[in-house]
Amino acid sequence: MRPKGMSSVPLPNLSGLPTPGSPNADQGGLGSQRSGDLLARAAQRGRPRSGPARVLTERLIRWSLFLCATLSVITTFTIILILLKETVTFFAMPEASLMDFLFGLEWTPLVGAEVHFGIWPLVCGTVLVSAVAAAFALPVGLITAVYLSEYAPSKVRAVLKPILEILAGVPTVVYGFFALSVITPGLKWFHDGFASFNAASAGLAVGIMILPIVCSLSEDALRAVPKALREGAYALGSTRFDVSVRVVLPAALSGIVAAFLLAITRAIGETMIVALAAGGRPQLTVNPANETQTMTAFMVQIFTGDAQAGSVEYQSSYAVAFVLFVMTLGLTLVGNAILRRFREEYD
Amino acid sequence: MSTPASPTPASPHPAVPFGQLRKPEAGNEALRPDPNAGRRSAISAKAFSSWYGSFQALHSLSMEVPVNEVTALIGPSGCGKSTFLRWMNRMNDMISSARAEGTLDLHGTNLLAPSTDVVELRRRVGMVFQKPNPFPKSIYDNIAYGPRLHRSMGRSDLDDLVEQALKAAALWNEVKDRLRASALGLSGGQQQRLCIARAIAVGPEVLLMDEPCSALDPRSTAAIEELISQLSEQYTIVIVTHNMQQAARVSDRTAFFYEGRLVECDETERIFTRPKHKQTEDYVTGRFG
Repeated sequence: MRPKGMSSVPLPNLSGLPTPGSPNADQGGLGSQRSGDLLARAAQRGRPRSGPARVLTERLIRWSLFLCATLSVITTFTIILILLKETVTFFAMPEASLMDFLFGLEWTPLVGAEVHFGIWPLVCGTVLVSAVAAAFALPVGLITAVYLSEYAPSKVRAVLKPILEILAGVPTVVYGFFALSVITPGLKWFHDGFASFNAASAGLAVGIMILPIVCSLSEDALRAVPKALREGAYALGSTRFDVSVRVVLPAALSGIVAAFLLAITRAIGETMIVALAAGGRPQLTVNPANETQTMTAFMVQIFTGDAQAGSVEYQSSYAVAFVLFVMTLGLTLVGNAILRRFREEYD
Repeated sequence: MSTPASPTPASPHPAVPFGQLRKPEAGNEALRPDPNAGRRSAISAKAFSSWYGSFQALHSLSMEVPVNEVTALIGPSGCGKSTFLRWMNRMNDMISSARAEGTLDLHGTNLLAPSTDVVELRRRVGMVFQKPNPFPKSIYDNIAYGPRLHRSMGRSDLDDLVEQALKAAALWNEVKDRLRASALGLSGGQQQRLCIARAIAVGPEVLLMDEPCSALDPRSTAAIEELISQLSEQYTIVIVTHNMQQAARVSDRTAFFYEGRLVECDETERIFTRPKHKQTEDYVTGRFG
């Protein structure tokens, strides 16, 4: 009982199963004795796959996937181990002491006669630059995100969003030049007190760099707020501003805080901009008009300068890197904790 | 005792304090305005049409929503009943392709006019949605949200208003000990009553309900229906429902929509027992839709 349409099919239908395209496709089927036999025979053709080989392949695939997945974990732990080892080497040196490192207020590793390894001036430089960056990027980024998510017509959004994303793709060395050639002269024109290299200029450039992160992640958080909440708020007689500020922002708070923390982490770790624009003199200051040096900029100075490998100033950069690592790790953990805590509450 | 009802002197409904709502009894029928004599309309539509882009969702309909009655809008999905409801507080403004023609009056003023203050309109015409949508805030802050938008109010006045609104929504006893707890911890039925409390806390005249029970279990549904009956003494209620038994149970008047047209609008009893149109009869008896 072969369906009529079969004859027109160029390839022989060995299975005896009706081809999907044939007009009487439903009528051949397994119902008839003969096609059932054909099917059973057709299913037995070829060579059977070896069972042990299959198990082996599966195991191989599983292990290679696992290796790929653990690559990042291995890398992280290797970095931590090396940092730890080199840091211990540094503190074992006669010129260095843990007390001086943790409580000393001077960082003068290259002065010659009297070297001091007190970490605080470098931490201060990093915090100062990051604070300037955050003071600029967090409010501007959040306001832009609110505009994009709650106010902007779709046409404006279609233009603004890609431009912001271009900003995220600019190499940081370009921001460094921008700081030196535009922001610093601008600041100096604004006020004489700004040094040729200063924390404010570097901070603003870092701020521009992290702006797309703040904006894009905050906007994601805002847009994730259910439409039903907005409608509920509008139905009570809210203005657009009421809805944005009293309902949507609080509901998206966890995502926004996480975006802030991620952006600040990036600011703390930023190197090229500060190496170019902030200067090279570590000092304990809260005035952003002053020259300063961040932890990252110090490391660049060591590794690109003429410090000898294995010398005490060379080793000191590992200790600095370790502190930097602890700081960013702490922020990341806090960010994750906030995200988890609030997400649970929301569901 | 504060009376959170509408402050405007022209307010059409009596300023009954929230806590003093009477349970509906058989005798209350007599208190309702005589259906045929001098009935006032809260909302009236005349030759009202609506479009989404080029699609016409409503075809020149005219109907009246009488004050302090429950009007049910029924009809199969896509018949335009929700669209009509969402025009009554201009929620359709949020849909850029939506537009309307004709008149839709709230107490004689055309609420479609460009000069209409939508913020004030929505304060006077509250809305309860299909899915409970409490804000991710405390129970107290959910109720206090609306009042805080529209008036500056002392702490004790606000406390009192929150209590009255929760009592009117028959939720007070369940939540009075945890007003500061998140509203998201409430059950679905409680959340919906919270949303009703939130809507009436701004002192509206009209309450729009868009399938308010469709996401709830039968017990919560019964609680909401009971609440609707109570609230209708003080508020004009328009409810969209897919549940014909619900329409029959809670409403005074029923409007049957079909494919963007108002087929019939009459006393609920008449619609369900001796409708004028065959289509209506087929729908309410479950023969289609």
